[in-house]
Amino acid sequence: MSLTPTSQPVMPRLKRDTLLSLLKKGNRIDGRAPEDYRPITIQLNPIPKAEGSALVKIGDTMVMTGIKTEIGEPFRDRPFEGVLQVHAEYVPLASPSFEPGPPDENAIEAARVIDRCLREPKAVKLDELVIIPGRKVWIVFNDIYLIDHDGNVVDAGALATMAALNMAKLPKIIGIEGDNVVIDRSVRETSLPLSLNVVTVTLAKIGDYIIVDPNLDEELIADARLTIGFDSLGRIVGMQKMGMSGFTRSELDYAIDLAFKKAKELHELLEKVLKNPETASKPIV
Amino acid sequence: MPKIYVANRQIVRPGDLLAEGEDVKGGDYTYRIGNSIYASILGLANVDDGVVSIIPLEGMNVPKEGDVVIGLITSVGITNWIVDIRGPYKAILNANEALESFNPITDDLRKYLDVGDYIIAKIIVFDRTRNPLLTIKGKGLGKITEGKVIDVKPSRVPRIIGKRKAMLNILIEQTKCTIIVGQNGRIWIRCPNEELENILVRAIRKIEAEAHIPGLTERVKRFIEEEKRRLGIA
Amino acid sequence: MEKPVLIREDGLRHDGRRPDELRPIRMEVGILKNADGSALVQFGKTKVIAAVYGPREIHPKHLTLPDRALIRCRYHMAPFSTSERKSPAPSRREVELSKVIREALEATIFTEYFPRTTIDVFIEVLQADGGTRTTGLTAASLAIADAGIPMRDLVAAVAVGKVDGVLVLDIDEVEDEFGEADMPVAMMPSLDKIVLLQLNGVLTREEFREALELAKKGIMEIYRLQKEALTKKYLMYPEE
Repeated sequence: MSLTPTSQPVMPRLKRDTLLSLLKKGNRIDGRAPEDYRPITIQLNPIPKAEGSALVKIGDTMVMTGIKTEIGEPFRDRPFEGVLQVHAEYVPLASPSFEPGPPDENAIEAARVIDRCLREPKAVKLDELVIIPGRKVWIVFNDIYLIDHDGNVVDAGALATMAALNMAKLPKIIGIEGDNVVIDRSVRETSLPLSLNVVTVTLAKIGDYIIVDPNLDEELIADARLTIGFDSLGRIVGMQKMGMSGFTRSELDYAIDLAFKKAKELHELLEKVLKNPETASKPIV
Repeated sequence: MPKIYVANRQIVRPGDLLAEGEDVKGGDYTYRIGNSIYASILGLANVDDGVVSIIPLEGMNVPKEGDVVIGLITSVGITNWIVDIRGPYKAILNANEALESFNPITDDLRKYLDVGDYIIAKIIVFDRTRNPLLTIKGKGLGKITEGKVIDVKPSRVPRIIGKRKAMLNILIEQTKCTIIVGQNGRIWIRCPNEELENILVRAIRKIEAEAHIPGLTERVKRFIEEEKRRLGIA
Repeated sequence: MEKPVLIREDGLRHDGRRPDELRPIRMEVGILKNADGSALVQFGKTKVIAAVYGPREIHPKHLTLPDRALIRCRYHMAPFSTSERKSPAPSRREVELSKVIREALEATIFTEYFPRTTIDVFIEVLQADGGTRTTGLTAASLAIADAGIPMRDLVAAVAVGKVDGVLVLDIDEVEDEFGEADMPVAMMPSLDKIVLLQLNGVLTREEFREALELAKKGIMEIYRLQKEALTKKYLMYPEE
């Protein structure tokens, strides 16, 4: 059951008015232009114990993705494919309005949106994760952990996930006896088979203005948000409209092209960081 | 000059464009975006003097100060009763709006009104920040001890009363029943006998079903006359 | 199950429809006695019932908002609605769909008219054959109108898909499962506002724009049917 949110912080009227009058002049409260992302830092493999991991900060929003792998059974209707599971947790320490408990609808939505964006273009080559066809495959657990919430969790989560997937290495298989696959977690040789990268771009609509990468304040007053996933080939691989109002078709038109432009920038940033981890950031964790 | 796109008594639905123009005015159950007026509810358009409003065909009654309502006591407190008036909000009847003198320490409110009792009450206060407050002090108000209470769709109440009480007067004259119509869609009736009570209830149901069709007052009058004739009563 | 032929040689779909053709649609309003508003909508074999209760006060009071009505929305699939029995426990999919449907309804309902109350919207999928969330939302908006709750516009919804490279309107389960894209869209047509939009699949920007056009076309027809369904019971005249 989905409820209108009741525990969000009260947005002071003054703040809302300020935000709107700034937007009229093409500015945002933190000095950004409407199409600018906040500073993005990507830290690779901060959690060596996980098979792959990445920490992404977009402004003050901090998201970590950790990847664990296991041997398991494939889905009955997909016997020749490995399994990718994407989950997200908005842990209580990330925001004063988060309560401990089962994942709330925002976390579930974010995980499912990112999952679909990866799955549809087959970013992870699941058919190459088969060990014993029909019986034993790799299960890739992709857990997205929101650590500090200042808006636009989806883009940070997607970026962290894609970086972690790129860094992930599978444990070595040291023996197969019948149905039993024995692995050695201390040895990691093969990278996860990936075919392309995917990023998401989230925009918010505030009145007549469309902005990229809303921070928490902007999210709270936005009429609606739109997340669009793009793969490295420039195709749309996922979309999700969020929020309690709507977009006109011309606003959508504008948003798609703007998101396409920003997606290219994000892909370039991701590739640069993967090639050269030192360009990314100083370690945060 | 505003352009009005609907005729009087035309059925409209949420989102229907009713009128356009700089000086166009919208009434109840309409809303405006720029120079356009839209309907926000399923109902009958009412075009009066250049203002378009909607008479709802469905929906609950939102209480107004001064409304006479028939309420059902749903719980008894120390100093007040909680009353169901069939709206979005439960109403409150404070003890001092029902009794001359009241001592919360020695008096038990249950002695006066208990859960399940009907009352004819008036709304004395309603603003959106609190629940409606009722009173039963006043002429014609109080606990209902006899007769029958029936529920009708609140949106039909204006039709059951009629313009200048035309419909209500016909019902009273033709059936010789005492009738009090609560704005909240509850009607209290007290009839001389069962046959007349039965005819009255069916007449009210007929009004409920045909409220949107013109000529209803005549049809109801004829219906009651025919029923009385059929049953051989004056 | 083997992938069936989704676009036949004659250009028609596996069930004989043209790419821009909706399934047979049936809508009934006010079918439940207890609910304040209700509707049953069928798109082909997909059957969904929606009921609305409210605005009403509920307890606990802390679950209300001081300046508007709170909307509680539940999208749920009956265990017998799918080929293989679905567990009654809410799945992550049902959680996500409850949210996106609620958000679409938030865009249309004048919640500010009923502070401190709750408007409950319950959507039950009785039989699932693709497009359950769009059918559910179409039914929910009829139920809200039937309940007499003020709203800006009806919400009409449909899912567009891409199968065997062709964009098609109102996909069924087979097309959803074996197609390349599934895009549910919902609009408030009078206000030209898109209040639900998701894409599950891969489209180029051009294809997306075309798909949206196709969706709009289907939505206008569904909108017309919704309006008819609402006025149907008021257009029957008694014998004079």
